[in-house]
Amino acid sequence: MDSKLFPEGVQRCSFGKFLIWTAVILGFFTWGLYAAVLVLYNGIGTTGLDNYFGFGAWITFDLAVIALGAGAFFTGLLKYILKIKQLEKIINLTVVVGFICYSGAMLVLTLDIGQPGRAWFGYWHPNVHSMLTEVIFCITCYCTVLIIEFVPLVLEQKQLNKIPFIHALAHNMHVNMALFAGIGAFLSTFHQGSLGGMYGVLIGRPFAFREGFFIWPWTFFLFVLSAVGSGPVFTVLVATFMEKLTGKKLVDFKTKALMGKIAGTMLCVYMFFKILDTWAWATGYLPSVGLTFDDMFYGLVYGKWLMFSEIVLCGVVPAIMLIVPAIRNRPGLLYTAAILDCIGVSLNRYIFTVQTIAFPAMPFDSWQVYVPNWVEYASSIMIIAYGFLVLSLVYRYLPLFPQERELN
Amino acid sequence: MQTKEFKIKWGMVIDIDKCTGCGACMVGCQVENNIAPMTKKDPYNYVQALTKDRDDASNKLKTLTWMTVYELSNGQAFPEHETAYLPRPCMQCGNPACVPVCPVIATDKNEEGGIVSQIYPRCIGCRYCMAACPYHARYFNWWDPLWPEGMDKGLSPAVSVRPRGVVEKCNFCHSRYLDAKDKARMDGEDPMNLADGAYNTACADICPTKAITFGDLNNPEHAVHDLAKSPHAFRLLEKLGLAPQVYYMSEREWVRKQGDNYNAGGGGH
Repeated sequence: MDSKLFPEGVQRCSFGKFLIWTAVILGFFTWGLYAAVLVLYNGIGTTGLDNYFGFGAWITFDLAVIALGAGAFFTGLLKYILKIKQLEKIINLTVVVGFICYSGAMLVLTLDIGQPGRAWFGYWHPNVHSMLTEVIFCITCYCTVLIIEFVPLVLEQKQLNKIPFIHALAHNMHVNMALFAGIGAFLSTFHQGSLGGMYGVLIGRPFAFREGFFIWPWTFFLFVLSAVGSGPVFTVLVATFMEKLTGKKLVDFKTKALMGKIAGTMLCVYMFFKILDTWAWATGYLPSVGLTFDDMFYGLVYGKWLMFSEIVLCGVVPAIMLIVPAIRNRPGLLYTAAILDCIGVSLNRYIFTVQTIAFPAMPFDSWQVYVPNWVEYASSIMIIAYGFLVLSLVYRYLPLFPQERELN
Repeated sequence: MQTKEFKIKWGMVIDIDKCTGCGACMVGCQVENNIAPMTKKDPYNYVQALTKDRDDASNKLKTLTWMTVYELSNGQAFPEHETAYLPRPCMQCGNPACVPVCPVIATDKNEEGGIVSQIYPRCIGCRYCMAACPYHARYFNWWDPLWPEGMDKGLSPAVSVRPRGVVEKCNFCHSRYLDAKDKARMDGEDPMNLADGAYNTACADICPTKAITFGDLNNPEHAVHDLAKSPHAFRLLEKLGLAPQVYYMSEREWVRKQGDNYNAGGGGH
């Protein structure tokens, strides 16, 4: 029915099947939308957040998707600035995934701030000392850059591209894309970093506070490194998931392995500094404020297993797996390493968000356990559904994978 | 880390050995600052399909209490067991963790007196300041404020009522400071050199055992000036370097240790 809109020379499922698939996604989306309306109408009191946990599931979700969306800026940097040609086979997907992650994070933030109507105050009354101001500036600017990077892909839609003006516009945007890739890399690096800096500057929170370099605490650099060490393989996982769903080969394995190698290299650098940082924090900073490493953990819910899972099982292990060619070049093992890597970075964001504020800084205070409620889950699922919807439409109607024809 | 210093530095000294944990300071604070009680049902929530029961006061993690009284224990078994009560207003830190993190300068420490202010109409409700404050002295308005019938007639006209979605905190009853300065001007006195007791917070006023003393820490004529220098005085989490302007006093060593200041008794100030 809509076959005239498909990219040149590819097969897609029937329109009816696509409608059923879309309806399922919309079902999840609507459930999340109900939760979102509930939050906006009643207030954030409807969530599981409280005075102890001002930050919770939403912030974790935000930080995790933004880290996983780092494939966009980092792959763009390598493709357009360092001219690694092989990456053009996956660059469209990285841009779309990055766009979904960043715009999704912004949607969650709209719910998460108590006064959404005042979100623009970040520009109007900026506090230059606040890492969050940097986050606000970078996230909106980079989201705009991602839209600009996304537009040529839309303009290349088969029917649209027949219009001479649009064809020329798309071509010219492509020619200048290196500029946006450069701006995007700069913005996103600072954005990833300032998200880390947000925690590192918390002088009252010994779990997260770090000394640093110039105005930036170490967490600034650790967040950038962990994002570029996981973003590329997240894109690989998305591509592979789409292949499983559609039953088609979309990206050749060589490109996926290259993305794995890039992420693996960055993950190795990250793990080196992360372990050093953890060691220096445990043996240097903590004793200086009368605390021990053991003081930082509590029971099962905030146990050491979390930190060791993050650093060893989901950090060192995938780093080794991705850096050793013999392991990386075997699809099953590459995907396993990629999954571990993505879990690791999400765990890191969770630990920095929740455990940081769960730790009782006052000696007579006690650990509190944070449990998100359905409102937080549902609204986060709404964003995932939104991502599925965008990706489904893009895959069906836009030339997302340049290799699709030759691979099938 | 640099501590902001001012000519006048309003501060508080709380004698834990005098505090009985009665909670009068909490009540005084609620009334003085128009803090809405927690009400489960919201009669003004018109779209019933979207209406949800709110938290009542039993959920202590969602209540608004600028002043909270903590119970301390020496951890010993009876008969050696001892308890103490620690009232905790905002510490008005000299090096506040909350101020530099706010993205919109809704909170600041720049006015004479060294009080950490909070501009409610500018706060975007990101709650970063709450994540930063280790004293849990900042509170978020989870729900729209709601006063039971008739109670709204007792609201103070001098204190703004905060809407849902903003962070609020103790400001040392700032409206009382403005009143005291106005009175000084009318009486032909210097508003920048208020006498001891001319400006007092509601919690200090109401305390039945006079455990809370309030005044200018920099003014030798104010009682808090000397009290803060007492060998028994300590500040919470001194080692983190936030430099609170609220001091505590106790002759009991285990209490001082729980304040995290191991220099107490050794002339640490």
